[in-house]
Amino acid sequence: MTALLQSTFNGLVSGAFYALLALGLAVIFGMLRVVNFAHGAFYMLGAFGAYVLLAEAGVPFWVALVVVPLALALLGMALERAFIHRLTRLDPLYNFLLTFGLTLILQDLVKLRYGVQSSPYEAPAGLRGSVDFGLFDFPTYRVFILGFAVAVCVGVWWALARTRVGMIVRAATERPELTRALGINVGRWITPVFGFGIALAGLAGVLAAPMRAVNPLMGADLIIVVFAVVVIGGLGSIFGSVAAGFGIGMVQAWAEAYLSAFPIVAQTIVFIVMAAVLLWRPAGLFGRAEAPA
Amino acid sequence: MTSTVESRSEPVGRGASSGLAAAARAPGWARYALLVAGLAVALWLPNGLYPAVAVDILCWALFAVAVDLLLGFTGLLSFGHAAFWGTSAYVTGLVAIHLGLPFPAAVLAGALAAAVLAVPIGYLAVRRTGIYFAMVTLAFAQLVYYVANEWRSVTQGENGLQGVPRELFGLDLTDDYYFYYAILPIVLLGLAGAWRIVHSPFGRVLVGIRDNPARARALGYPVHRYKLTVFVLSGFLAGLGGGLFAVSHRFVSLEVLHWTTSGKAVIVVVLGGIGTLWGGVLGAGILVRLEDWLSFSGFEAIGLVTGGIFVVVVLLFRRGIWGTASALARRRWGRRD
Repeated sequence: MTALLQSTFNGLVSGAFYALLALGLAVIFGMLRVVNFAHGAFYMLGAFGAYVLLAEAGVPFWVALVVVPLALALLGMALERAFIHRLTRLDPLYNFLLTFGLTLILQDLVKLRYGVQSSPYEAPAGLRGSVDFGLFDFPTYRVFILGFAVAVCVGVWWALARTRVGMIVRAATERPELTRALGINVGRWITPVFGFGIALAGLAGVLAAPMRAVNPLMGADLIIVVFAVVVIGGLGSIFGSVAAGFGIGMVQAWAEAYLSAFPIVAQTIVFIVMAAVLLWRPAGLFGRAEAPA
Repeated sequence: MTSTVESRSEPVGRGASSGLAAAARAPGWARYALLVAGLAVALWLPNGLYPAVAVDILCWALFAVAVDLLLGFTGLLSFGHAAFWGTSAYVTGLVAIHLGLPFPAAVLAGALAAAVLAVPIGYLAVRRTGIYFAMVTLAFAQLVYYVANEWRSVTQGENGLQGVPRELFGLDLTDDYYFYYAILPIVLLGLAGAWRIVHSPFGRVLVGIRDNPARARALGYPVHRYKLTVFVLSGFLAGLGGGLFAVSHRFVSLEVLHWTTSGKAVIVVVLGGIGTLWGGVLGAGILVRLEDWLSFSGFEAIGLVTGGIFVVVVLLFRRGIWGTASALARRRWGRRD
């Protein structure tokens, strides 16, 4: 029982990263119809931003947690204006390709400056050690990540459901032409929404810095898993992306705990689940079917 | 405001189809002149370049044409073709090492293995289209990568397969110069096969599916089955390239299955020109040569250059080199169409 709780908790923590990244991807996709390949690169930049600020300027984690996502949002908005914006009228594949090119550039820029070895980053003083929940101890930092990520997801949900901007974003996601016809300037919100999605990736990166190895390639492998997650959840559904993120995190952790005799299954379970979903519900668990093709 | 549903769903490579039709209508002598020039360059290549680089170009040319068959002529962006290239590289290597067969037989075995792998992956992937297809193929390729990484008894894990022989009835092919001419017929056969597919009735249906899947379905074509068939053919061609790559390097490492390899194949196709077939060959020549030059001059951040070129091409020259050149040629000499 304790083992089950423990692996569930660990699964939720790694699921929190999937969920934050998938949420950013889904928000961007909804508004721009762009699948941002560079999302993993921005996650990596988030972790590096936190590391560089601490190592070279002594800026503490808590400040980085605010400053780095904001800076990355600005960078993302600049890139959206400069490049992505020019291709949004074309087949979405072109922007997928463009952001793939940007990924290679961002990754190698960081590699040139900091090399490929991993850089250490210690959790902030208040979050070291562990919390006793009676049954067993949880590492404090992981509890913090989980709580923080859930709070962010709930906050985004609230903003989408209750605020005027959120309503515009949802309307533009569902029926872009109709929303425009009703006199709402959808174009105005595209760049800020892109920046917001990037900020979420950066936030996940800062959160990851004390827990995972900070290196230029940390985002690349992760983004492929997140792609599988959004295929499972259905990219058109923001709720589905978040739910699939936490769900896949847990399934992975359970596979690691109970199928440890088959390490390959634990590593690849997300792709196996994706294959099953494609067979059973090709549009994703929470997605709507595409027009038949 | 002007962004309509139609303009959004404009398929990748559609612009090229008119170019292709124009090429088919180009005067006969121009086509033959291009073909002869192409063959002449292929025969001369290892004299003008470092032969090992020329061999790499041939392998990547097959890979690029395989990816373009899907992207340019069926409208499916496979971002996971390293799965077929790499699987064939491993199978070719294993067959050559353990059975000691002549290398063409080993490569054939590798390519067939890649085609077999393409059946389940294709069956699942063609259930989605567009951007989802790209994500799904990328994910399945990563699955294959993890399996190869974990299955150390067969793939030797991080160490890779070493000492893949270049066996061909006792001929001495250790010199890359002669090896180039040994594999050239296989590569030309593969390229001719791709040309045949594109210009067959089957290829016409693929283009029809790319441009308007709903119409193709309404006309009674089993769209999924057509897509799966071309996916398997493309996997076979990519496997042909990957197998030759394994024999030429005499070594197979996990890199052949990595997502960066899939990405490089896509870069080559886009650089050469989506939906132009021969553009991929040209793109392979340029990118392989450029990467060799960069690594030779000790520049570490190759992704910076290839990524930069790629971004420029996607932003400004979406027809790629071949597409842009043929458009210019048509404007200069061609008749209006």
